[in-house]
Order: sequence, then structure tokens, then C-alpha cells
Amino acid sequence: MITAGIDMGAKNIKVIILEDGTVKGKALTPAGLDAKVALETAYGAALKDAKVTKADIKHITATGSGREFVDFANDNVSDVTSAARGAVHFYPNAKTVVDVGAEEGRGIRCDKNGKVMDFAVNEKCAAGAGAFTEAMARALELKLEELGPLSLKSTKAVPMNAQCAVFAESEVVSLVHAKTPKADISKAIHDAIADRIISMVRKVGFEDDIVLIGGVAKNVGFVAAMKRGLNKDIKIPTDPEFVSALGAALEAADKVKAGGK
Amino acid sequence: MAEKKAKYPTEPLKCWEEAKKIRLDYYKNYAYAHDTGGIRWAGGAWSFDAIPAGLGNDVYPITSEPYSASCAFNKDQSIKYLEATEKAGYARDLCAYMRNYWGSILLNDFVFTHQFPDEFKGVKGFPKPDFIWQDHICCSHAKWYQVVSELEGGIPNFTIDVAAGPEAAINDRMIDYLVGQMHDGIEWLEKVTGRKYNDNLLIKAVLNECRATSTWAEICCYNRNIPAPLEEKSMYSLYVLGTLHKSSQVVADFYEKLRDEVKHRAKNGIAAVPNEQCRVMTDTQPPWGFLKIFRYLENKYGCVSIGSLYTFALIGAWEVQEDGTWGPRKTPQQKKITIKDRDTALRVLAEWNLRKPEWQHFYSPHLKTDMMVRIAKEWKLHGVMLHYNRGCEGLSVGIAENRLGIQAAGFPVFIFEGNMGDEREFDEVRTTARMDAFMESLGIKPLQ
Repeated sequence: MITAGIDMGAKNIKVIILEDGTVKGKALTPAGLDAKVALETAYGAALKDAKVTKADIKHITATGSGREFVDFANDNVSDVTSAARGAVHFYPNAKTVVDVGAEEGRGIRCDKNGKVMDFAVNEKCAAGAGAFTEAMARALELKLEELGPLSLKSTKAVPMNAQCAVFAESEVVSLVHAKTPKADISKAIHDAIADRIISMVRKVGFEDDIVLIGGVAKNVGFVAAMKRGLNKDIKIPTDPEFVSALGAALEAADKVKAGGK
Repeated sequence: MAEKKAKYPTEPLKCWEEAKKIRLDYYKNYAYAHDTGGIRWAGGAWSFDAIPAGLGNDVYPITSEPYSASCAFNKDQSIKYLEATEKAGYARDLCAYMRNYWGSILLNDFVFTHQFPDEFKGVKGFPKPDFIWQDHICCSHAKWYQVVSELEGGIPNFTIDVAAGPEAAINDRMIDYLVGQMHDGIEWLEKVTGRKYNDNLLIKAVLNECRATSTWAEICCYNRNIPAPLEEKSMYSLYVLGTLHKSSQVVADFYEKLRDEVKHRAKNGIAAVPNEQCRVMTDTQPPWGFLKIFRYLENKYGCVSIGSLYTFALIGAWEVQEDGTWGPRKTPQQKKITIKDRDTALRVLAEWNLRKPEWQHFYSPHLKTDMMVRIAKEWKLHGVMLHYNRGCEGLSVGIAENRLGIQAAGFPVFIFEGNMGDEREFDEVRTTARMDAFMESLGIKPLQ
């Protein structure tokens, strides 16, 4: 039985092709300005990666902020549900899922089946999502993928006073002019975003195992800041940006088993 | 998906149009009061409106919060009012109702001239009240009408301090504190209006208020029924009459008529939401410009909001019944208490209001949590939706504590941020996405 999960994220579209619980293929495409074209591209790429055709897919479940946009999906689930489901698939003892994407950060408490017990989402705040690191990378004139590793070379803690991404960018510029090493600034940036995320997730509480997913989980500087801030072990699956898409594909498989299609 | 074919019979409320007419007449009476030699006054919905009623039968109030909610409902006008207030130098994080109201005065614009142009075509600008009659129910209310008076070039302003509670602590000294101010207020009203005060009208108004507010609580009790005969979006249009003029005979009589209809609906299983499969309650004022979120839940999930502590108890007068459940407070009429003089009327009025549930949570969030958990249990709810309302410091105080307390009592809680009166602070798309997640977490499937 082959199912598909499509995560229509704000920045990237992720697709997982799942066969009997195993990932058979995947693809990621930037959403860009024409999401419809990007969706077709991503889905086509995933099918090709899995070496299957559209006709082979028994059920498609969409998730993500743009899930209603996937008009060929059989149904959709919220990103909260798919994130929890996907996280528990990788870590059966997962109780807290922290999902940080381009525009949203989420904290989710779930049970051993991935059922959501409580959740919190950052409210209209870029300082708790990937957009913050992108803006800061631009301010430091670095590529996004350079920002995280650079922070690990920091030798001095520099406090970041600004709570807001807009003011933080201004503060970064001031720090650069004050000849603060970029590595220290980068660490401060990651500590700031981790602080926001940890504060938000505290609303639902932290219980082991804590699983970090979403695109920002690939940022080593952010992961280090989260571990510093929590002083706890954090589990990160391979390809953390695909976990919600996987969760959606698993939900699709459940539907097929239950006779939904 | 769940079954969408109607599970329960449903029909519109028969007295709906009458409710709308009462509201429209209220605002028309206020706006046109001077044309017939009447008096108009302004104050909060929490103020003791039974007292100015003693000045005559041609005394018409405008209560600030419902007017402001009407402003917020009209998003195009509201943004103009809010921006006018900000340009005048007032901070954006102040009470959203207050900012809408001030903006309406600053722009000299009466919001109903837009919604009902024919009905209000004789109204030029914001109808200025003759006096202000207010109470200090929260910090914003304390300053609200001071600013209004200044903006309008100086309007006589009398305010009663009501910091006397919570209910368990109420004693004669606290009631004396309020009653003393009320007596002073009546003397002040006579001076300001030049009218002789009529104690019989006061007594009648106090009894109307007791009747209206007790009956509203009785109406809310029928929502214990499954299916609920009323849903909260409609309840807002009904409870508002009590916020406009709780001491008026028109409102008291209407609530009794409404009560009979709702009782009939509950007895015959007539549902507000024909596919009710999930019951929740909310808290604080809703985002008035986005009441469609209630219809979203009803239409997509068969999820009915049966009310809230706010809808039940801002107007409703409640007490614990003999069987331990919550129910309408017995009125002086029901207790066969006769009010013969001014002082007794004022004492009844003071105590009646001090004991109102919605007055209690200013003292401690734990008091509010207890009441909310009671509602969740007795109205048999699946979960609770809390509006982290940035527009109202008074009703949002302690809401994060309420969340923890309700969760500890075993009820799932969903929170959403917003603002009752400032559409710029509410994200409809994100909120409905989170509602989807909450419904999924409750195991509620969308209707087919």
C-alpha cells in the first residue's frame, strides 16, 4: 500500500511517498510565488524518486499552512497533528515535539500514539521561526547555511536585547559596527531564537523524549542553543524538515487501513 | 468524516427580529432624546443604570462597551476610530473598546449612521450625553469617561467605586460603601439635571434589573440540554440587551419571552447547531469583527459554543441551587421581598451587583477558574476555547492561570490570541488553522 504526504509549507513544499511504513521517495521544492507549479513539481519529483506513478498512490493527505491548496489530496490534517505523528514514528517515546519552520514554531505534547494532548504556536512573531535566522544571516552578510556553524566558534556570550526580529536586525548592525566578532553575534542570534521557542513550548511543558523537527532543526547553531537553554537531551530525526510530510503520509495509511479509500 | 445530514431539528428563533428592534430602538432613543425633551447619559454597561431611571421615563443611556463592540463589528469604521485615537496620542495597547469609543468622538461620528443610514439620518455627529454615570469596574473604566468628558468640552461625570468584594467577603460595610456613594450620586443627578428624583421609578428599575438578569441566567441554563437550543454567536445578540439597559422593563419582559421560547426549544430538542457533535465554551469578549469563526466551527465540525462565563455572567445573576448546581439567582420578587424606600432599593441593587459572578474574577483568577470548571462540567463540554484578548485587561487578567486550572480539571483547552476591538491583532487564517488542530486533538471529525 503506497500513500503520500504533502507538507505545503510557507517556504518549501515537502513530499513523502510511503510504502507499508517505509519511506520510498521524497522531494522538496521551494514554494516560490507560484505554489501550484511548485506543488506539481514537488509531487512529480517525489513520485520519480520513489519510482511510482500517480495511479499507484492509494491516498494523499496534505498538511502545512497551505494544505487547503492541495486540491488533489484526499484529505488534510493540521501541521500539529502531522508533526506529532511523524515525530512518534521516529521516536516512539516522544512526548514533546518542537517544530520550527520558516514562519511558525510549534510546541506539541503528545501521547505514545502521536495523539496531540496540547499545543502552542508562536503568534505573529518571526523571532520564533526560521525567518528570523534568514533575516539575521542577511544582516551579517552570510549565507544561511554558514550562520549555524559559525555560532559554534563563538568565544564570548553577547546578550541580544531585542525581542523582535525587526529590532534584532538593527541591533545586529550595531554589534557589527562595534566590531563584535560575527561568531559571537551568530551565537547570540541562535540563543535569542531558542529562548523564544523554549518560552513558547513551556506553555505545554517539556517531557522526555523531546524531539526537534522542521527545517530549522538542521541548523547546528540553533540545536546547540536549544540544548544550552533546556539543559536536556534533544532528539533530531534524519531529514527533520520531512517529518510533518511523513506524519501526513502515515495518517493517509491509517485512512486506507480503516477503509477510507 | 462525520455525518452531515441533520441530526437534530432546528429553526430560527421566533423572537430574533424583536431583539434586533429593541436594540435599534435603544440607540435611536438615545440619539433623538433631545428632540422630545429627554435626557441622555453615557456610562459603562456595568454601571448602576437603575439609578438614573429615577429621573424620569425619558432618560436614555448609551453604554460604552456595546457601542464600542458595534464599532469593532464595522471593521471599516473601526480602523478609522482606532487610528484617530492613536493620532491623538493614545497608546495602542489600551482597552480596544475605549479606543473605538474615543475615536468615534474624535471623528464626531456615530457608528450607526453607517449601518442604519435611514434610521439615523437626523443624527449629525456623535450625540453628546448630558451627564456621565460610571463605575470603576476596571482601570480602563476609571479613565475612560474622564477623557470623554475632556474631549467633549466638559461633561458632568459621577463615578462610583465598586472595589468591594469578592462575594465571599461581602458584608454590610462593603454594601454601605456603595450605597453611600449611590445616595451622593442621586443628589448629584438632581443638581446636574434640575429634575426631582422619583424613588418609585428607582424601585421599579431595580426590580426590572433583578428580573432581567435572573431570567438571562435561566435562559443560559437551558443550554445544558443536548442539543443546545442556543449557540454563542446568537447569544451575543441577545445578552447585549442586558448590557444596554438591564433595568428597563422592555428588556426584562423580552427576556421572559425569550426564556419561554428557549425552554420550548430545549424541551423539544430543537438545536441551534443541527449536527451538534462537540460542545465547547469560550472566554472573554470575542473578536467582534470575526464572529464568523463560530460559524466555521459549527459548519465544519458541528461544534457548538454553549456560551461562556462572559456571556452567562456579565449580565446574568447566578447562585448555587439546592442541588449544588448553578442556576438563576432568586429575585426579591420571588423571595417576596418588598422594596418600599430609596435606601432599601439601593442596598438591593448594590448587593445584587456585587454578587454577580463576572465581578468576582477581578479579585483572583482562581475564582474565575472555579466558575469556568463548573460550567464545563455542568454543561457537559468537550473542551474550552480561551481568547487571549489583548483588548481587555479586565477580563483577560489571569487567563493563563485559568488555562492551567481548566486543564488540571481534565478539560482540553485551546488558546488563540486576538483583540475584541482591533482587527489588526487577530489572524483569522492562523486561528482557524489552530481550531482545526484543536478539533483533531479532540477526535472530532469534519462533517461530511
